[in-house]
Amino acid sequence: MKKFAVVAAMATALLGSTAVHAADVEVIHWWTSGGEQAAVSVFAREFDALGEDKWVDTAIAGGENARAATLQRILGGDAPGAAQFNPGRQYEELISGGMLLDLTPLAEKEGWADFIRPASISEACLVDGHWWCVPVNIHSWNWAWASMPAFEKAGVELPTSFDDFLTKAPKLKEAGVIPFAIGGESWQINGAFGVIQTAMLGLADREKILKDKDLELAKSKMADVFTKFREFKQFSDEGSANRNWNDTTNLVVTDQAAMQIMGDWARGEFGVAGEVAGTDYACLALPVEHPTVSTGGDIFLFPKQSDPAVEEAQLKMASMMVNPQVQALFNNAKGSMPIRDDVDMSLADDCMKKGLEIIKDPANIAVDAGRWLSNDTTGQMNDLVAQFWADDSMTVDAAVEQYVNILQTAE
Amino acid sequence: MTSEALSPATTGASGAVEPRGAKPKKLTIGRVGVYAFLVIAALFFLMPLWVMIVTSLKGLPEIRLGQLFNLPAQVTFEPWLKAWDTACTGRDCNGLKPGFMNSLKITLLSVPVSIVVAMINGYALSFWKYKGSDLLFGILIFGAFVPYQVVIYPLIIGLSKVGLFATLPGIVIVHTIFGMPILTLLFRNFFASLPPELFKAARVDGAGFWQIFFQIMLPMSVPIAIVAVILQTTGIWNDFLFGTVFAGRENMPMTVQLNNIVTTTTGVREYNVNMAATILTAAVPLAVYFISGKWFVRGIAAGAVKG
Amino acid sequence: MSQYAQSSDAAALVSTSPPRRARRKFNVMSIVGTTPMILTAVGVFVICIIFSFIWSFTNSKLFPNFNFVGMDQYNRLWASDRWRISVGNVFLFGVCSLVANMVFGYLLAVFMDQRIKQEDLFRSIFLYPFAMSLVVTGLVWQWMFDPNLGIQSAVRQLGWTDFQFAPLTNQATAIYGVVLGGVWNGVGVTMAILLAGLRGVDAEIWKAAKIDGIPAWRTYLFIVLPMMKGALLTAFILQCTGVVRVFDIVIAMTQGGPGVATQMPAIYVIQHITDRVNVGQGMAAACTMLLPVLAVIVLQGVLQWNAKRKKEKAI
Repeated sequence: MKKFAVVAAMATALLGSTAVHAADVEVIHWWTSGGEQAAVSVFAREFDALGEDKWVDTAIAGGENARAATLQRILGGDAPGAAQFNPGRQYEELISGGMLLDLTPLAEKEGWADFIRPASISEACLVDGHWWCVPVNIHSWNWAWASMPAFEKAGVELPTSFDDFLTKAPKLKEAGVIPFAIGGESWQINGAFGVIQTAMLGLADREKILKDKDLELAKSKMADVFTKFREFKQFSDEGSANRNWNDTTNLVVTDQAAMQIMGDWARGEFGVAGEVAGTDYACLALPVEHPTVSTGGDIFLFPKQSDPAVEEAQLKMASMMVNPQVQALFNNAKGSMPIRDDVDMSLADDCMKKGLEIIKDPANIAVDAGRWLSNDTTGQMNDLVAQFWADDSMTVDAAVEQYVNILQTAE
Repeated sequence: MTSEALSPATTGASGAVEPRGAKPKKLTIGRVGVYAFLVIAALFFLMPLWVMIVTSLKGLPEIRLGQLFNLPAQVTFEPWLKAWDTACTGRDCNGLKPGFMNSLKITLLSVPVSIVVAMINGYALSFWKYKGSDLLFGILIFGAFVPYQVVIYPLIIGLSKVGLFATLPGIVIVHTIFGMPILTLLFRNFFASLPPELFKAARVDGAGFWQIFFQIMLPMSVPIAIVAVILQTTGIWNDFLFGTVFAGRENMPMTVQLNNIVTTTTGVREYNVNMAATILTAAVPLAVYFISGKWFVRGIAAGAVKG
Repeated sequence: MSQYAQSSDAAALVSTSPPRRARRKFNVMSIVGTTPMILTAVGVFVICIIFSFIWSFTNSKLFPNFNFVGMDQYNRLWASDRWRISVGNVFLFGVCSLVANMVFGYLLAVFMDQRIKQEDLFRSIFLYPFAMSLVVTGLVWQWMFDPNLGIQSAVRQLGWTDFQFAPLTNQATAIYGVVLGGVWNGVGVTMAILLAGLRGVDAEIWKAAKIDGIPAWRTYLFIVLPMMKGALLTAFILQCTGVVRVFDIVIAMTQGGPGVATQMPAIYVIQHITDRVNVGQGMAAACTMLLPVLAVIVLQGVLQWNAKRKKEKAI
């Protein structure tokens, strides 16, 4: 990378040009699987096509690993040109420490605030009136994936609510189907818990508890959520402990299980297996009575660089990422929703089209809890929910007490 | 005098070529028991490898059926080719091979450096103690219990101050540091178990620190050095954490690619490719075990001849 | 503090016999030779541990800072269910895997010592797990322990239909499943170190034992074993550091689950330093982890020092 920059500098010197030389921008990300690789290639190709600057790819699998490498390299003075993160509060200190490139002039020129929607997505990057990162896509957790043949086998219709599902589950079980497929990893359990919580509390109360930390409300409402959540456990299978999410999805794909609560990335598994939405499987936007979309996703932030040429290239990259054509190509490849409305998603499958319809109404947006809670607080909640799920001797009261305690000490 | 002083060590070493326990010629019940134990143990050890190999030779639809121990109905070498040659790790779809040379580079530099440093430590700690040397050793052993991540921040800052962060020498230094506690312990205990007359005689003959080290101690420490090679090759070849942070982008080791192939949060998992990639990545340490295993015995025999 | 030496006689001889001047001159070379060790011990470990200790009293988040918050981090640490479970787990895991590893490792070494014809082959078989990346081998163990995929279903297909073997699915047994995986991974190294130790034992001992008519198993257990303290200690400490830092295999096999049943202190430390962005909490946990280690080392040092003083007095 340095070598290239030197060569480029020499070339410009020889040409006697005063223009800033071309630069390499190293990008750290954790998109390493097939579909993800196709998606990141869209960015890289489009960036390379812009001019002399080059996308230098550093893929490190596993979000934790990639983020840790980024932070450690920033600390060591070897910061990458761009780095993937999840929207949240993890990079707050990078902003306050002045380690990130301020994208505000670019964002104002291009009017990002006008087209990036929903608001909770732009808020992830817009802090105190300054833009510090670029949101590139939206992934929603609020989906359930159901096997149509499994429900047919048990002679029941698709569920119309969580309660409805719980009344039908015994019949599914009798028919030899696993009613509720879940993998025992804590993030899977927590994802499902979050969706059930959203369904039972409604968006307004959920926001009061998670954003405003309304402890009284949490005390009165969370007991029901924990109780309901525990009811699902009897309908999961013996092998659920430690199972990967996609092995779990495979149970639904092969009609051994009836339903799984999992984010929209699960769709890819059905696609690979050649299943067709509507006949082989159904995607249910949750809660079924009033479908919502949660606003997880990915962002890129741009650590400050000493070389002005790199900085210029960073701004070009940021601009490229929100470009409507690039957004269309990228999100179609990734299987996620674009961060703006004016994007051609005609290639999207029925499930995604459903999601795009839901996201149009701001009233349907379940803001990602990571916007309000630090990773530390979320982590404590994850521990609690996973423990509650696995340990039947833990009472609902004890769980609620701990939950309230975590909220109370949250920053 | 010298040869006399050497004799206990040589007889000790020659024990390797002398028969132990029961005489091997006759097929006794004990003999059968020995083999039975070893074979059963070997089966236990090989079971996961069996699962990995048969899985790596199956297609994905067959893996989804979940017949874990069964031989593949249809053998395919596709996953192996893919793992080595075309599997994508991010944008680059060159499989494991690009990192192979980097890993080789890092391992070939780090293993000898860390072992020589630790060997000198062990030697000095056994025969040339100075004030505070035992305290330093105590700290070193203590350091072996510190989780790596705790030490990473100060190390990053330190190495970037001297301009070695994200360079090849930087990663060699890091591996030398983290290998030091256990390796030093290994060599210290080895040298301390040698008969003291050996050292005393050499000192009477007027040999100094380096002379004794190179002429007497180094040749004698071959068997233990091979254990050290096993530990270090494995540790360094399989290292992921330090490689991503300290090696710099140009020297990213193979494990980064392995990890990119096998770890995925939201994508489809190709278990057959994962298994093939894991076995391929382990090939170098495995080769080292096979080769050094022979030296393990020969090294001891050589020590005996020398006496 | 020469607690790890099998015998400090060699050193004692050196320090008494040569003339003072010569000794000092050679000590210089000894210091030169161990410069890397001095730099590592002081420059890396001491400094890191001091800073970790200081940071454990701060509210450091993403990067370390110096905003002191007293004992807050420690109070939160011990109020956490997960941490208390982790501490219990590491003791249980530690005792089980150390005992299993040392016993099984020594047994393998002894059996390997019987002039086995295929020694190379067996040694490689016992060692190979150590070469494999735990990310995938952990997954394989997880599969084999899976009630629907693995050993349980295979045995049931053979006809034993109520066979039960799925340790990882149960909170009470999951940790033993991890122990098994850990022993599988690490016992080969113990075997290699102990075999190197066995081969270093004086052949005269064997001859003497044989003449006295002592059976081989008793020689191995009561005569040879106490003679290879060095090798035993090395293998033991190597396994201990593995236990204290146990991380990869748990992540690969159970991710700390079911629930938090197989959580370990090192996972707590690492998660807080990295993804949970709470360096202060992570450092408090790390320092707490080091306390028992420090206690053992100091205790050893004091005992050694006392013994040495008594010995000197006796002379």
